[in-house]
Amino acid sequence: MLSRRNPQLNANGELIHLLSIEGLPREVLVHILDTAGTFLSVNEREVKKVPLLRGKSVFNLFFENSTRTRTTFEIAAKRLSADVINLDIARSSTAKGESLLDTIANLSAMHADMFVVRHSESGAPYLIARHCAPHVHVVNAGDGRHAHPTQGLLDMYAIRHYKKDFSQLTVAIVGDIVHSRVARSDIHALTTLGVPEVRVVGPRTLVPGDLHAMGVRVCHDMAEGMRDADVIIMLRLQNERMTGAMLPSAAEFAKTFGLTPDKLALAKSDAIVMHPGPINRGVEIDSSVADGQASVILPQVTFGIAVRMAVMSIIAGNEA
Amino acid sequence: MSTLSLDAEALYAELLSGVRVLLQPDSALVGIWSGGAWLAERLHADLKRPGQAGVISSVLHRDDYSARGLAGGGGATRLPFAIDGARILLIDDVLFTGRTIRAVINELYDFGRPRVVDLAVLVDRGGRELPIQPSFAAAKIVLPALQRLTLARRGDGRFAFSLENKT
Repeated sequence: MLSRRNPQLNANGELIHLLSIEGLPREVLVHILDTAGTFLSVNEREVKKVPLLRGKSVFNLFFENSTRTRTTFEIAAKRLSADVINLDIARSSTAKGESLLDTIANLSAMHADMFVVRHSESGAPYLIARHCAPHVHVVNAGDGRHAHPTQGLLDMYAIRHYKKDFSQLTVAIVGDIVHSRVARSDIHALTTLGVPEVRVVGPRTLVPGDLHAMGVRVCHDMAEGMRDADVIIMLRLQNERMTGAMLPSAAEFAKTFGLTPDKLALAKSDAIVMHPGPINRGVEIDSSVADGQASVILPQVTFGIAVRMAVMSIIAGNEA
Repeated sequence: MSTLSLDAEALYAELLSGVRVLLQPDSALVGIWSGGAWLAERLHADLKRPGQAGVISSVLHRDDYSARGLAGGGGATRLPFAIDGARILLIDDVLFTGRTIRAVINELYDFGRPRVVDLAVLVDRGGRELPIQPSFAAAKIVLPALQRLTLARRGDGRFAFSLENKT
């Protein structure tokens, strides 16, 4: 029976790990977004700290580098009063040949309460969640091409903040969909929250045709993808993940799919533009759009702290 | 349901008189989410105070987080005035163990250092587990620990109490 249950939920349907948005019920997502709203105000107080995770140890295990995501998790954990230990794992244990599970066993012996895991292999956080002690919680901070659930949730927070209601929206996700765990997490979250039209927009090499199975509309034409959109999520062109000739050139991509003011003008007049960062100015997004009225890229960063505080405080408060 | 009947509206009138005595010209009313916030809002209007009453939530400072998590919910704190040096009158519906009051005082201090913090409640039901006493209680009763007394606000804004056995 246990194996059939979503490994992120306990027998009462409460969240104990955050591994992927896929398969999570709408109520769980809404509870996280509502809780994040409470924490957003904490970040504006004189004392930007609450005691919910006092005495808990959060280990940031980044097997793949990401200074920004690691920092936002660190800030979130510290504002919840947890002790945070950052391990430069790629350069230590793994380089010496230790297996993933041996690393986890060793850190568990140091009384870790939570692991925040980024790994280049899809599924690594699931493996850790299956093998850690029952009181230990795992947050996926990005695994391979699979999922980046806290980014997906902070995107949902931003959309709800600016658009209030998901049920009438058209959301376009543009760019390198094939390599993007953010796109996958966003798609699962948007469809779970009831967004009627989710479009994935980009060249055939970066937007596989079979994505319509996820309940999205595939657009290989930028104008078609932009038309009357309420929300545009631009993705970074992941040069470091490109193998082989998937694109003629970044310049060619910028010309066709880069978000410029004239392409943005096809969307609704009150459309918002999002990007998970870091942005490549002049490639997937024009500077005038990134810095323009429609851009909510910096508020996304602020919301990201509150959403990560919400996720950590919710899972740490639920028992396996 | 028990046969005990508490007239919440009559007690509210008592609370209004008690709060009128406690309030100084520079006092600010802060209601504890959720029942206390309803009371503070109505007191604020009935006493014709300027500005808005504050709302404070215990959720981020509760001492039963490890057992209950955030499942209990609770609204966000909204304090539309400076807390540093302020004279605060906390309002709650039912005072029981005192743990909620401890938590909201901690919450209050995250916004600054108040000069005075006072407490007025609709019902003091005894059973304190911390050294906390209200400056005013419209009623004092003793209830068994397993009974839960809850204030409700009806559509017309009037209050009513319900008493349930905890499962």
